[in-house]
Amino acid sequence: MAALLEMRQITKTFPGVRALDQVSFSVEEGEIHALVGENGAGKSTLMKVLSGIYPFGSYEGEIHYAGQLASFNGIKDSERQGIIIIHQELALVPLLSIAENIFLGNECATAGIISWHDAFTRTETLLKKVGLTEAPSTKVDKLGVGKQQLVEIAKALSKEVRLLILDEPTAALSEADSQALLDLILELKTQGVTSIIISHKLNEVRRVADTITVLRDGATVSTIDARGRDISEDRIVRDMVGRDMAHRYPDRERRAGEILFDVSNWNVTHPEHTDRSVVKDVSFHVRAGEVVGIAGLMGAGRTELAMSLFGHSYGRNITGQARLMGKELNLSSVPSAIKGGLAYVTEDRKELGLIIEEPIHRNITLANLPKIARAGILDSSQEAQVAEDYRKAMNIRTPSVFQKVMNLSGGNQQKVVLSKWLFTDPQVLILDEPTRGIDVGAKFEIYNIINDLSREGRGVIMISSEMSELLGMCDRIYVMNEGAFVGELTADEASQERIMSLIVTE
Amino acid sequence: MSGTFSQDQEQEQSAKASLGHYLITHMREYGLLFALIAIMVFFQIVTDGTLMKPINITNLVLQNSYIIIMALGMLVVIVGGNIDLSVGSVMGFVGALAAVMIVKWHWSVEQTIVACLGCGILIGAAQGYWVAYWKIPSFIVTLAGMLVFRGASLWLLEGQSIGPFPRSFQSLSTGFIPDFFGVGRPNMTALAAGALIVAVVLYLGLAKRSRNRRYGITDEPMAFFTVRNAIIAGAIMFLVYSLSTFRGLPNVLITMGVLTIVYAFLTEQTTLGRRIYALGGNAKAAKLSGVPTERLTFLTFVNMGFLAALAGLIFAARLNTATPKAGFALELDVIAAVFIGGASMSGGVGTIMGAVVGAFIMGVMNNGMSIMGIGIDYQQIIKGLVLLAAVIFDVYNKQKQG
Repeated sequence: MAALLEMRQITKTFPGVRALDQVSFSVEEGEIHALVGENGAGKSTLMKVLSGIYPFGSYEGEIHYAGQLASFNGIKDSERQGIIIIHQELALVPLLSIAENIFLGNECATAGIISWHDAFTRTETLLKKVGLTEAPSTKVDKLGVGKQQLVEIAKALSKEVRLLILDEPTAALSEADSQALLDLILELKTQGVTSIIISHKLNEVRRVADTITVLRDGATVSTIDARGRDISEDRIVRDMVGRDMAHRYPDRERRAGEILFDVSNWNVTHPEHTDRSVVKDVSFHVRAGEVVGIAGLMGAGRTELAMSLFGHSYGRNITGQARLMGKELNLSSVPSAIKGGLAYVTEDRKELGLIIEEPIHRNITLANLPKIARAGILDSSQEAQVAEDYRKAMNIRTPSVFQKVMNLSGGNQQKVVLSKWLFTDPQVLILDEPTRGIDVGAKFEIYNIINDLSREGRGVIMISSEMSELLGMCDRIYVMNEGAFVGELTADEASQERIMSLIVTE
Repeated sequence: MSGTFSQDQEQEQSAKASLGHYLITHMREYGLLFALIAIMVFFQIVTDGTLMKPINITNLVLQNSYIIIMALGMLVVIVGGNIDLSVGSVMGFVGALAAVMIVKWHWSVEQTIVACLGCGILIGAAQGYWVAYWKIPSFIVTLAGMLVFRGASLWLLEGQSIGPFPRSFQSLSTGFIPDFFGVGRPNMTALAAGALIVAVVLYLGLAKRSRNRRYGITDEPMAFFTVRNAIIAGAIMFLVYSLSTFRGLPNVLITMGVLTIVYAFLTEQTTLGRRIYALGGNAKAAKLSGVPTERLTFLTFVNMGFLAALAGLIFAARLNTATPKAGFALELDVIAAVFIGGASMSGGVGTIMGAVVGAFIMGVMNNGMSIMGIGIDYQQIIKGLVLLAAVIFDVYNKQKQG
């Protein structure tokens, strides 16, 4: 088979950093090529070079695409040749409809006048292809992240795609949706679409990839032919991190104590459509030193449950009791929830967890400023000390705690968020997708932090869409579906199959 | 030996690089200060020295006091992620109210001041309520406020000017601190106050440096620290000396100075200020971190109303009359000053000192161009371009760093 794309000796430098160092990367026509590597390995940079975001001339080396030397000067140039890139951060306009988004910049129009009939019928076909049942007129902000991802793919399909690049396509998706998406990519392959998939999820890479290229520190480490062979995850991880990774999850000793936090008959309705029940009569408990998982599909109501508990930050008509060590908690506002001993690490780090333009130390102290102040006046020395302590304890990789968090990698940003909450000294931590978009090495560090927390006798509630992560970390797993808890499994009973069957039989 | 040598060399090189790096990353702060100096030197030359005559320096302070006072409040509002377009109208309205109370109703000066400041607080609360608790965009709420209070002052004054005010009210703005040392000219109180301020500024700067060093915070290189503080000290001493050879320290300068220090302290050193920055930086994240975002937004507007009322009193006292046109379009000067001073439209960024320097840049330009006899038409064009240039400079810097 001929190479559709060949990138030769690509070198890209930024002031002070060599992001790519003589990277060679070639993709054959009709294959699915996985590009893996830790955060900062240069995957996204390489794809930006390919798609023309970094224009021809701003890098060294050559790109040959479809037999020609490519000299893209922008994303428009590469799109014209059928190279479509779907970024990790979705590029949809939230207040426009699905149809408007799909044909944005590429409208079904004659002489500038849009044919809505045309746009809607074409959108319907495209949506069917990606497995969405929403009406084309639905506004994008009414969809969850996972469905938005599918809309992005539908948008790519509308553009006569020849080479589809997916940057972390399943990072925000639940297990079932991820499977559907991967099936979709395999299906597209049979139709002749070549794909490059960037992913941290190695089980998915193993499932779909024909070839795997591993990048590390801006250089190609290996290119593995995976056709008809079973490549072990350890093999890939070894190439990614440059060392053996004996275990994906740290060992933990189970030492659940007394019941620490318990919730009974928790009900929440949608904030706008108050007749729609989002959390239905949920009861659960967490013991001291226990890590409890909540499994479920996207849209099952897990985040909504967490946010409604944390100071009624989501929903209306919230009823039910929450107790800490048997004592009734007032959770009606975020400050009272914090005072009650709760902490909530949000699913969306950048939007809800951090003040991205502010430095690390100011983010760490934000949730508990009175602790570094006397009579409302901040002690900046103490603040610097606190931040420095957490930098060491959490191993936040940064030259200084006065750096903006914007400049940190995803894993280090997550450590800043965790530091912020630990500084409030919580009894119960709710962690919502704590390792989303984080590379393998940093994930392991986060797992260790979680284990440390439980060892200190705190209760941890972990929401995750990666089932293997829940199975690897939790003492007990609740399964949630359509707003209700449909099952509870201990670590010994739990398996991916049992969790799925609980969801499906409901 | 050779190893040590090359290490030394390396260190020296990195020290040089960090000096340059420091200048680049802090371009904004230094740039602003140097821009103000450059503008002053420029006008000093083209006005043949009129700009820095003691009488004109005194005028500069009196002319810009109300803009600076409002810029303090506006900075806080803008850092919180909002904007207040109504301040010019509110200022005019409060001035009119003061005139009506004193001249028509024969209230005492004290009663009037208290009532007017209270009225400003109420106006701020009324606008802040809709912005904070109803999530109505501040642009719209305060645009409405701008129209309402412009109309209200016309109605209060029935289209006429009302004045004059009693002397005690005028002294709010045009009064001067007497010389306690009895020398009179130069006014020793002014000089003493100046020297005291310089001493405090230096002490605070050095204290912060030593504290930073103890915590290993990368600090301003010593050379910059010295030059910057020399400039600031020189400027303060020059200012007070000029003032001392005319009539001494204007009352309003004291008000302005004290307020500037108070607000700089509030924004930088207190939990309150910190939370306002967090609110403007990312309101959702701040809320989920327990910051009472609604209440803080409300308070920024209450505070703005209070300062606008104070500015209104000072403005009326200075003109010695309340006119229906008072404060017209002044909100634009105030907002421009804050943005020239480096605040960001999207909130979360900006400093009190930046806003004050920004206001002085606008003020010196207004004053200098008037002395030169440049028409109001060109003045507006030039001011507009300066605002645009300042913001472009900001964005450019950010991109280069980012």
